[in-house]
Amino acid sequence: MFQHDRLSNEITFFQKIKNLDYILLISVILLSVLSVFVMYSTDGGEILFHTKNHFVKLAVFFPLMIFVAFLNIKFWHNFSYIIYFIVILLLIYVSFFGIKSSGSQRWMNLYLFVLQPSELMKVAIIMCLAKYFHRIKIENVNSFTSITIVLSIIIIPIIFVISQPDLGTSILIALSGLIILWLGGMKIKYFIYSFITFLISLPFIISFLKPYQKLRILTFLDPDRDPLGAGYQIIQSKIAIGSGGLNGKGFLKGTQSYLDFLPEKHTDFIFTLFSEEFGFIGSVGLLILYSIIIFRIARIGAISRSNFARLFCFGYAFAIFIYIVVNLSMVLGLLPIVGSPLPIMSYGGSSMLATMIGFGIVLSAKINHKQMIA
Amino acid sequence: MIKSNSGIRKTDVINRRMFIIGAAKVLVFVGIVARLFSLQINENKKYLTLSDKNRIREWKLPPTRGNIVDYFGNVIAGNLKVYQLHIIPEQVENFNYLLVRLKNLLNLSDKRIAKINKLKAELKPWDSIIVSENLSWSQFVKINNYLYDLVGVKPVMTISRNYPFNDVYTHVLGYVSQPNEQEILENETIQERFVPGMKIGKLGLEKRLENHLIGTNAIQRYEVNAYGKRINQLEHQKGEQGLKIRLTVDTEIQKACGELLNEKAGSISVMDIYTGDIIAMYSSPSYNPNLFLFGISQDEWQLIRNNPLKPLVNKTLSGLYSPGSTIKPIVALSALENKVIDTKFKVKCTGKIELYGQTFHCWKEKGHGWVSLKNAMKQSCDTYFYEVARLLGVDRLNITAEKFGLGKKVLGDYFDIEKKGLFPNTKWKKNNLGKGWVLGETLITGIGQGYIQSTPLQLCMMTAQIANGGFAVKPKIIVDSNPISYEDAKQSMESGLLFDTDSEELLDKKLFKNQKNIKIVQEAMFASTNERFGTSYKSRIDDPKYQFAGKTGTAQVKRISKRERELDLELEQIPYKDRDHALYVAYGPYVNPRYALSIIVEHGGSGSKAAAPIAKKLFKLIIDRHDLRNKQSNFERITV
Repeated sequence: MFQHDRLSNEITFFQKIKNLDYILLISVILLSVLSVFVMYSTDGGEILFHTKNHFVKLAVFFPLMIFVAFLNIKFWHNFSYIIYFIVILLLIYVSFFGIKSSGSQRWMNLYLFVLQPSELMKVAIIMCLAKYFHRIKIENVNSFTSITIVLSIIIIPIIFVISQPDLGTSILIALSGLIILWLGGMKIKYFIYSFITFLISLPFIISFLKPYQKLRILTFLDPDRDPLGAGYQIIQSKIAIGSGGLNGKGFLKGTQSYLDFLPEKHTDFIFTLFSEEFGFIGSVGLLILYSIIIFRIARIGAISRSNFARLFCFGYAFAIFIYIVVNLSMVLGLLPIVGSPLPIMSYGGSSMLATMIGFGIVLSAKINHKQMIA
Repeated sequence: MIKSNSGIRKTDVINRRMFIIGAAKVLVFVGIVARLFSLQINENKKYLTLSDKNRIREWKLPPTRGNIVDYFGNVIAGNLKVYQLHIIPEQVENFNYLLVRLKNLLNLSDKRIAKINKLKAELKPWDSIIVSENLSWSQFVKINNYLYDLVGVKPVMTISRNYPFNDVYTHVLGYVSQPNEQEILENETIQERFVPGMKIGKLGLEKRLENHLIGTNAIQRYEVNAYGKRINQLEHQKGEQGLKIRLTVDTEIQKACGELLNEKAGSISVMDIYTGDIIAMYSSPSYNPNLFLFGISQDEWQLIRNNPLKPLVNKTLSGLYSPGSTIKPIVALSALENKVIDTKFKVKCTGKIELYGQTFHCWKEKGHGWVSLKNAMKQSCDTYFYEVARLLGVDRLNITAEKFGLGKKVLGDYFDIEKKGLFPNTKWKKNNLGKGWVLGETLITGIGQGYIQSTPLQLCMMTAQIANGGFAVKPKIIVDSNPISYEDAKQSMESGLLFDTDSEELLDKKLFKNQKNIKIVQEAMFASTNERFGTSYKSRIDDPKYQFAGKTGTAQVKRISKRERELDLELEQIPYKDRDHALYVAYGPYVNPRYALSIIVEHGGSGSKAAAPIAKKLFKLIIDRHDLRNKQSNFERITV
């Protein structure tokens, strides 16, 4: 009994280390190392700005992940709402005092680095909703009050993000939130009804889109309508991936990226470069690595005793999955271009920070998987 | 208990729903892998091609033009290494400073500087700007000395057309220059091989033989980046130089022609009377074709264009002149052939004849008295030829004249500027002027005036065909694949047949009915040059090696009024524009003739004073080079 208590409440530092999920940890490390090499390739085979910064960010955020992991899952449960509100405040701050760049206002300057709060929201919303559904009785899940509250939790940050404007991130936040509603037991018919409503109102929604967003949809439907303008990115991206073939052109030998035909190759289109250089085998390998990560996160959720940890892990596993699917579908020409980074691989501090915090909480859930939360 | 139940139920719901999601995830990932498979494995070839199309770009380099050589193999249109100066803007640290430095070093004009600045704004920063297309050696050395200070400057060696004899061959060769849009569109070969900076033939043989001379492009393949900047060279494919073309001309003689016509307007043509080879064809004044290579300056162009002696006109081919008395051998021959006269036929010249109230003057006011054919030709008696023409009639004269090449293009389609001239007949006048022929017109046609118009080259060919015994020659300026030696040509002619290299057939090219008549005309021409009172007696050469026979001509450019006739002004007293053209046709050596020539000096006065002396100087050179030419006949066989 005594031992049981100690295990469930207080565990030693060494036990924490022992309880870390090493498969997940090694997968993340592998992904990080790979991302540095790919970043090195985007810099044209030299250690330049992007490679250096990416490495430094990994070096800072990886220990941060371990730190997050070592805090009890209970702590994260307790602070979930507060974290959510802090991020909401950051979003409000950004919408007034944020840094503008290429037509949108998403960033705040923290002197050491530039933070994009909407990226943090991708994790915060999962935490907040996981806590909500952890606490609510299953019978009340489909009550009017409860539905109003959870929809508000999702819609408030989205209003700020979409007004930045940042369609890609708001979609990802929405999907991350909706998955918790689904997992939390909201009636299936609600999902079906709202999906039908969404489809019906789609033309109406499109009419509210900004011209450049409409253009992206048109371009997605027919990339060749403007091959040097709006369709350029997607055409060049497909050329790069397609020309990679089975084995790829070889590390540092991707002509499409090396000769600057690839736009945004450091960020959203990083997979294109990877796929050009490492081919079908490399791409499938990367997908397998991501699958392992997603599977491990889901497994940690499955063994977690508390529903908060379980919901967070399942929700986060799905979120990672959605990020990957949206990003890959975009570069493969299956979806219109929406800004969405590939976790860890893409250059970008906020995205990496959020992802690492997410992994950290998952690892914390693993360390404390026997922890009950009242 | 309720709470714990609720917790367990909740966990069940979460787990069940997670399972559904998990299945969905697998499906989506399979879908993405399928898409990857279709792009990277199924359509790999298509995208590899697209990727290569993206990154590989070809650069054509200007082709090297073929050389044109004279009969002796001397290059008369060649290629020269030129030194150019290029700037690559992206490598320049301080563009304005660089321009100031270059301006001082090369004496660039402000206009040129402005042009460079304009080019810089238009071109990509890695495209080179040509500062100077043709640097002198000393400028090139100077630039190389200061190169350490001229960052971004690239001295380049390239190849450009060059005419080593400057103005000697301009009217034969033409020149090359940058093509305009229409010229590119008109010629498919040019269109296919065009590269900015390339030059094409604008005139003369350079234009006519463009497709032979042009050569093929060298091709460089470069890997380029998305902005079109060259990253590295992948391949270099050498181009082939254009064909070498050998002409029949002799540079020494051509040069001499230029010197003899120095500061005069006129033309000299020299032809081999058996092979039809054009030995020289010079139109004076000429101009330097090298001026056009790098864009002629406005001043230089105005100087050429406004020259009253009209250097731009090719007088040999497109200058139309009344042949004057040089037509008399043909009039005599026609009359003899038609049995209108014989050698004993005489006419009394009183200085003028009256016909239907119109007076026709002989050049000699006092008259020549009773003259026979030989004397009439010798002294160029106009009255005699009025009478002969009257008896002969213009239509019969026209037939003989056209047989000997008057009124027809000599070199066919080699020069599009060549004119065919005119030898009138009654039908022509009726059709073109709508009026009937009058007898007075026959009379003046008999002395080479009136409607009759001929080019200097036609007169040269006419003379050649009299000189060779009355056989048709095929004039040519390019040595063909199967050149026949002059002996073979002569032999086949004397057997009455001519070997035609085009159809490879022996053709009967006799232009006469009775060869005796040709002999009579030849003797009369001999007398005109080599006997006392002959019009060109003063220009004779007694040495039989060089002795030649010829006929002078003086073509009126304006009707002489009665008052002027009475005044009998000296040449210098007449305004330049009103002075007569001086003509001379000749062939030599008289025994075993080889060459015929025609000389025209515009507004030179009389043929005997202005044209015949030129022939005297030229014949010595022509005949001295005869043996050399014979040795060269099989020098090289080049096909066009």
